[in-house]
Amino acid sequence: MGQIEWAMWANEQALASGLILITGGIVATAGRFTQWYFGTYSIAAGVFICLLEYPRGKRKKGSTMERCGQKYMTSVVKLFGPLTRNYYVRAVLHLLLSVPAGFLLATILGTACLAIASTIYLLAAIRGEQWIPIEPKPKERPQVGGTIKQPPTNPPPRPPAEVRKKPSVEEEGAGGPQVNPIPVTDEVV
Amino acid sequence: RETVSRIQIASNLYLTMGNWLVDHWLSVLILVAWLGLNIFLFVYAFLIYEKADKYFYTREILGTALAFARASALCLNCNSMLILIPVCRNLLSFLRGTCSFCNHTLRKPLDHNLTFHKLVAYMICVFTAIHIIAHLFNFEHYSRSQQAMDGSLASVLSSLSRHEKESNSWLNPIQSPNMTVIYATFTSIAGLTGVILTIALILMVTSAVEFIRRNYFELFWYTHHLFIIYIICLALHGMGGIVRAQTEDSMGESHPYNCSKSFHEWDKYVSSCRRPHFEGHPPESWKWILAPIALYIFERILRFYRSQQRVVITKVVMHPSNVLELQMRKRGFSMEVGQYIFVNCPSVSLLEWHPFTLTSAPEEDFFSIHIRSAGDWTENLIRAFEHQHSPMPRIQVDGPFGTVSEDVFQFEVAVLVGAGIGVTPFASILKSIWYKFQRADHKLKTQKIYFYWICRETGAFAWFNNLLSSLEQEMEELGKIGFLNYRLFLTGWDSNIAGHAALNFDKATDILTGLKQKTSFGRPMWDNEFSTIATAYPKSVVGVFLCGPQTLAKSLSKCCHRYSSLDPRKVQFYFNKEIF
Repeated sequence: MGQIEWAMWANEQALASGLILITGGIVATAGRFTQWYFGTYSIAAGVFICLLEYPRGKRKKGSTMERCGQKYMTSVVKLFGPLTRNYYVRAVLHLLLSVPAGFLLATILGTACLAIASTIYLLAAIRGEQWIPIEPKPKERPQVGGTIKQPPTNPPPRPPAEVRKKPSVEEEGAGGPQVNPIPVTDEVV
Repeated sequence: RETVSRIQIASNLYLTMGNWLVDHWLSVLILVAWLGLNIFLFVYAFLIYEKADKYFYTREILGTALAFARASALCLNCNSMLILIPVCRNLLSFLRGTCSFCNHTLRKPLDHNLTFHKLVAYMICVFTAIHIIAHLFNFEHYSRSQQAMDGSLASVLSSLSRHEKESNSWLNPIQSPNMTVIYATFTSIAGLTGVILTIALILMVTSAVEFIRRNYFELFWYTHHLFIIYIICLALHGMGGIVRAQTEDSMGESHPYNCSKSFHEWDKYVSSCRRPHFEGHPPESWKWILAPIALYIFERILRFYRSQQRVVITKVVMHPSNVLELQMRKRGFSMEVGQYIFVNCPSVSLLEWHPFTLTSAPEEDFFSIHIRSAGDWTENLIRAFEHQHSPMPRIQVDGPFGTVSEDVFQFEVAVLVGAGIGVTPFASILKSIWYKFQRADHKLKTQKIYFYWICRETGAFAWFNNLLSSLEQEMEELGKIGFLNYRLFLTGWDSNIAGHAALNFDKATDILTGLKQKTSFGRPMWDNEFSTIATAYPKSVVGVFLCGPQTLAKSLSKCCHRYSSLDPRKVQFYFNKEIF
């Protein structure tokens, strides 16, 4: 169990709670239930929570599956720095947000689920987890010719013109012994 | 030319759909039957509560929300019954075993058990939402009619109190105008159990999403046991008798058709109408879920019993890249190719069971698994076996489970494609094919195998390498070099590796793997491969089997269509999509 990142589950739970709050809020407001204004609050709180929790944080190990289109919300959530990075803040925030919805039966389920999410975030915070945004990886383009500043100015060194001439026909017979230009004596003792 | 290719595409499409339907007709039938059952139950209950006379007065207060709540309740009962059955894997194995004479197609739905479990779960979530919303309206209406002072029928009905002499005459569970709906909910059995089981359901769902399940399996496994709370609360949910209908006697005496208009004069001497009397229903959920609960308890006992049987570890091999091979024996264990087992190691973790594909062939006298380090449990297990001086940890095994694709032996030419970790079941298959070939097993129709192994780097699969090289050797000894044609494709290559390969082009064995067949880099060009095979075997039926990602499945099935000849006597490629 040591490798469980509780914040990941808290995130799913909070997202679900947001949706439940929105649904309960819509039912209460549309049906004009008693104290239905709590329902309107619930819709607003639910939308806020869904937006906050939509971008998934980065896992400590391994690759993280992004939610569809989350990069827009990631950039917004990132702006708040430590307020959104720290899970203690999120735990307290969710707990406070859940309280007003507890006054209405239609949204009390949302309250319970959000309170549970808050508890899991608290556990995550105690274990030192943090919200790390998933950054898009910069595309590594192969630097073609990055080190070429300018073409070479000098031609490559070549041996003198005589040697570059094609070898004469006599030398084609590779089987024959070598003809020495200077007589060589073989000193055999 | 274009018309010909259009006709080819169209006929291939029909052939595919036809093939798919032939393979999957039973699954489709089950799905349609299940949807039909849900629709039927919903409409049936809806009509009863919307039209029946005994609910006339109830509808007066609640309206149509009553019918929605009760209809969704009936569907919830049915789906809660169905959801436990697909997870009884021993029962399903038993069914598969007794149906072994059945066609492979008939057994296919048994392999999609988890998909069905998830579908039923989604349905439960949908109906739970409908049920809760409908009851929110119901409670609100009850509350309003209790507070109403307008002398309407609804308020008269609500004033029928439960504290009077005839305790059965009440209709409205909210008895005083001061009682809030929240209070009424949490002080009734139905309300309290309803809230608890919904919370349990939500927690189960949020911890079962793919992301959590794949990466933090233990969290999913333990949280999912909240289903016990769900089941208990469901059984207790209907005990309060809070949904009330007019009693038979009361209907005989004062039928709503006659008496509903004259509610001001009920119980007055002049009128013939008496106050209506109501009764609640006995709970019915337990009737639906009792049998599956019994089955599931039996299943868990069976799992426990099977796991207690002794597993003898005959050999432990540490392969490169931290891969542990365990060869084991267990009394009464019999497997087929491509199956998997669940393994538990009490010294590592008492409660966790993890699945592993079997890598041994049925012809061998042991069964084996290869365990790669992929998380807490696997790391601890490998470490436990590495300690040479401490006694060997005990292992418990449940299984084998899983689909058995015997089709793999039925094709003259078999094209086997294993990508990444999907190569594991092919260890079992290749070994089994080889054994069958050696013994000249008549069940084996295979004459030629093309095996494609695609992975990023061979590191963790060095053991598979060894398997291939030993198969290579044995085939040479028997003089049957052409039987197995395998290619390895490394997709995680860089210029270094490619440079090395270019330098060592002339060597007889591959520098990376030591095998006679050279490693290729990058992904296979399936068009080339398929056209080569089609040319080499112009009159054969070729079976294509894949264990790998969906994208690969798509390209392979496209190639199968493209290279299958229109003439059924010529080469035909059959793509087996569901494998292992």
